Amino acid sequence: MTGALLGKKLGMTSIYTDNGEQIPCTVIQAGPCPIVQMKTSGNDGYNSVQLGFENVPDRKVNKPLKGHFAKAGIEPVKYLKEFRDLEITLNIGEFLKVDQFQKGDKVRVTSTSKGKGFQGVVKRHHFGGVGMTTHGQSDRVRAPGSIGSSSYPSRVFKGLRMAGRMGGKPTTIRNLEIVDIIPEQNVLLLKGNVPGYKNTLLEIVKQ
Amino acid sequence: MNQMTLIESMVKERAVDIRKQKDGENYVEVPDFRPGDTVNVAVRVVEGEKERIQNFKGIVIGRHGSGVSATFRVRKVSNGVGVERVFPLYSPMLQGIELVRKGDVRRAKLYYLRGMSERKIRQKLS
Repeated sequence: MTGALLGKKLGMTSIYTDNGEQIPCTVIQAGPCPIVQMKTSGNDGYNSVQLGFENVPDRKVNKPLKGHFAKAGIEPVKYLKEFRDLEITLNIGEFLKVDQFQKGDKVRVTSTSKGKGFQGVVKRHHFGGVGMTTHGQSDRVRAPGSIGSSSYPSRVFKGLRMAGRMGGKPTTIRNLEIVDIIPEQNVLLLKGNVPGYKNTLLEIVKQ
Repeated sequence: MNQMTLIESMVKERAVDIRKQKDGENYVEVPDFRPGDTVNVAVRVVEGEKERIQNFKGIVIGRHGSGVSATFRVRKVSNGVGVERVFPLYSPMLQGIELVRKGDVRRAKLYYLRGMSERKIRQKLS
């Protein structure tokens, strides 16, 4: 891994290319992320870099965390995330910024998807539904259908896809192209959409 | 959210810049127009290597969206056939939008014009 950042979804817009193409973009506030801790295989059994994002006032941080931040010599931050096997040349206390990416790079974005509540199988698992609305039938259109056999096995198999809570889960979208970078604003423009609401925390990793 | 507005305006400026660069002195700003107005839209048509301007003149029957992504829908009757096109307001493929005539309507979306004769439309818009 050669580049990673934490960020926040700001919203969506579109930009135009010179030949008139319109590209839908997600605007992301990415970084600056202080390096809070570096774990090594000698000390911790694996290599990783811990990044922080978004400053918070001192009073919002508890004592153990305060000590953690003081050790790195940085202002308290709201979010901490570890990235395994991240190759960087910077030291603890320094900042990772959007300049580690370039236009045209492909990235992977992980965040929590929008919660959809309790949903049926048609929306949740892309089932086709059971029946038609004609021939005297009207209430089976979005039904799940049979959930198994009868006396054998006399039970429903584990993991059978049914209705239930949908969304609000960690979701990753790969191969998102960086269309533009605005370093003064710490902003990335990615082609297409990313999971989650506005102001959701995003993990952006270079592929 | 404040930062988002800033980025939006930056993106919009850039879209306008592309058009300024293409048109130089001939650049015309996007005029202020409403549904019901008659406009003449100059569209760049690329045929192979060459680029030429094609005009599309008709009545604006709706506007959609905000910021750089905003679009508007123009309707005209060509050889007895109704034609509608949707243009992105800030697209660099537009050479200019010219306001020909102001209309006087109360609705934001004039989809009801689709079923009307030209004479009736003329009465309605003036």
